[in-house]
Amino acid sequence: MNVILDNVTVSYQRHPAVHHVCGEFAAGEATAIFGPNGAGKSTLLKTMIGALEPDSGRVLLNGFKRQQIAYLPQQSEIDRSLPVNVLDLVSTGLWQRTGLFGRVGSAGWRAARAALAMVGLEDFAERPISALSSGQFQRVLFARILVQDARLILLDEPFNAVDARTTYDLLELVRAWREQGRTVIAVLHDYEQVRAFFPQTLLLAREVVAWGPTDKVLCEANLRQAVDKAHHWHEHAAVCHVKAEAA
Amino acid sequence: MIGHLYGLLVQPFIEFGFMRRALVGCLALALGSGPIGLFLMMRRMSLVGDAMSHAVLPGAAVGFMLAGLSLPAMSLGGFVAGVSVALLAGLATRFTTIREDASFAAFYLVSLSLGVLIVSKSGNNIDLMHLLFGSVLAVDDAALYLVAGVATFTLLALALIYRPLLLESLDPVYLRAIGAYGGIWHMVFLVLVVLNLVSGFQALGTLMAVGLMMVPAIAARLWVNSVGAMLAMSVSVAFVSGLGGLLLSYYFDLPSGPAIILFAGVFYLLSLLLARQGGALPRYWRARHLES
Repeated sequence: MNVILDNVTVSYQRHPAVHHVCGEFAAGEATAIFGPNGAGKSTLLKTMIGALEPDSGRVLLNGFKRQQIAYLPQQSEIDRSLPVNVLDLVSTGLWQRTGLFGRVGSAGWRAARAALAMVGLEDFAERPISALSSGQFQRVLFARILVQDARLILLDEPFNAVDARTTYDLLELVRAWREQGRTVIAVLHDYEQVRAFFPQTLLLAREVVAWGPTDKVLCEANLRQAVDKAHHWHEHAAVCHVKAEAA
Repeated sequence: MIGHLYGLLVQPFIEFGFMRRALVGCLALALGSGPIGLFLMMRRMSLVGDAMSHAVLPGAAVGFMLAGLSLPAMSLGGFVAGVSVALLAGLATRFTTIREDASFAAFYLVSLSLGVLIVSKSGNNIDLMHLLFGSVLAVDDAALYLVAGVATFTLLALALIYRPLLLESLDPVYLRAIGAYGGIWHMVFLVLVVLNLVSGFQALGTLMAVGLMMVPAIAARLWVNSVGAMLAMSVSVAFVSGLGGLLLSYYFDLPSGPAIILFAGVFYLLSLLLARQGGALPRYWRARHLES
C-alpha cells in the first residue's frame, strides 16, 4: 500500500497551483504537508481524493479502496442549521457499511458512541450540531473518522480555530492512528506540531521543495526557498513545456 | 354547539361529491408535496420550487395546443418541460462556474417566456388563468388518480433515497469523498419536485401548487427539531390547510387554490410569532437559564 504522486500538475485558469509534483507518501506513516499560503497544499489534497482533476499526471492510491479513505476539508461545508444531532453526524461515518438502506444497528451506534467518548464528547451525543463550538465540532469530525475506520486519513489544516487542549487531544489521536499502521497526511502550519507528531514532511511551494524525514526537510534554507517560490507570480507566464511524461 | 360545529365542518363534504373529491385530492397533494417541500427547504432551495413551477408552463401550453384541455397531454408536456429545465440547470451548474440558483433563474425565465408566448398565440387569457391557478373543485377522476399516483410514487421514492438525499444536504463533500455520487440523488429529487408540481396544477394551478409545497414545510421548521417530526408536521399542516381552505372557499365563495394557501399562510404567520423552536415571542421571553 502506498500513495504515489506521478508528475501531478493542477491549475486554475492555466496557472499551476501544483506543478509537476512527484513522490511517494510512506504507508503507515504520518506525513505533514508544510508550506506558505498559496503553496498548493489544499489543492493537492483535493486532487488526491478526486475532487479536482489534474491537468496532467496521476495520483495512485495503491491498495486503498475508495471507502478506506477519510478526508477532512479545511472549511467543512456541513450545513449546521439542519436538525441533526451529534450522534447522527458521527454515524454517517458508517455509510460505507450501511449503504443506502442498511440499518446502523446496535453495534454501529455503540461504535459511534465509543468514538464520541474517545474525543471526550460522550455527554454531547444528543446535542444538535448547531449548538457546538468550532473546537467541539472538530472533535465530532474526528470521531466520524474514527467510525470510518479509514486506512488513509487526509486532514486539511485540522487545527484552525481550535484551542491548545483540543489540538493536543486530536494530535494524540493522530499518533494512535500511526501506531495502528494507518497512513495520515495532514496540511499543517505549526512547526512544533509537525516536529512532534509527523516523522515525514513534504515541503511544498507549488513544486516539491523537499520531501523526507521532518528534521532534514524543515531546515532554514528549505523554508526560505519555499517562501520565495510561493511568492512569485507571473500574470503573463509563458506556457510550460515540461513533458507530461517526464518525471 | 358541538353538533353545530360538526355540521359546519363536515356537512359540505357529506352533501357534495365534488367537495369530497377535492378533499381527497388535498390529502394526496399534502402527502406528496409536504415532504418534497421540506427537502427543498433543507437544501436551501425554497425558491427553486417556484422557479420550477414557472418552468412547467411551456410544456403544459404545448400540451394544451395539441390536445386542448386534456389532463394527460398537459401533464406530460409540463413534466417534460420541467425536467428539461432541471436537467439543463443541473448541467450548467456542474460544467460551468454558474451557481445553482442563478442557473435555475436563467433557465426558468427562458422557459416561462416561451410558455407565455405559446399560450398567447394559441389560447386565450382564461386558459392561462386556469393553468396558473387551477381549480381543486373541478378535479375529476383522472386528475385524482394522477395526484394519488404521484403521491404514492413520491413517498416510495423518498423512502428509497432518504439517506443519501439527507446526507447530501448535510455534507456534500463527505459524500463525494467516499465515492457516493450525490448528483444522482439530487437529479432524482428534482424529478420528484417536477412530478409533484405537475400533479398539483390541475387542482391548484402551477403557482399555488408550490404554495402547498413550501408554506407548510417552512412553518414546520419553526415548531419541531427533527427531520421525522418535520415531515409529519409539514404533511399535517398541508392537509389541514387543504381542509380549511376548502371550507373557506365553500362558505365564502372564494377561489379554492388561494384559500388553501392563505390558510397555510395564516398558520405560518402565527408560527412566526408563537412557535416553540424558532418563533419570535418564545425567543424574546427567555425562560430562566439552567445551571452550567
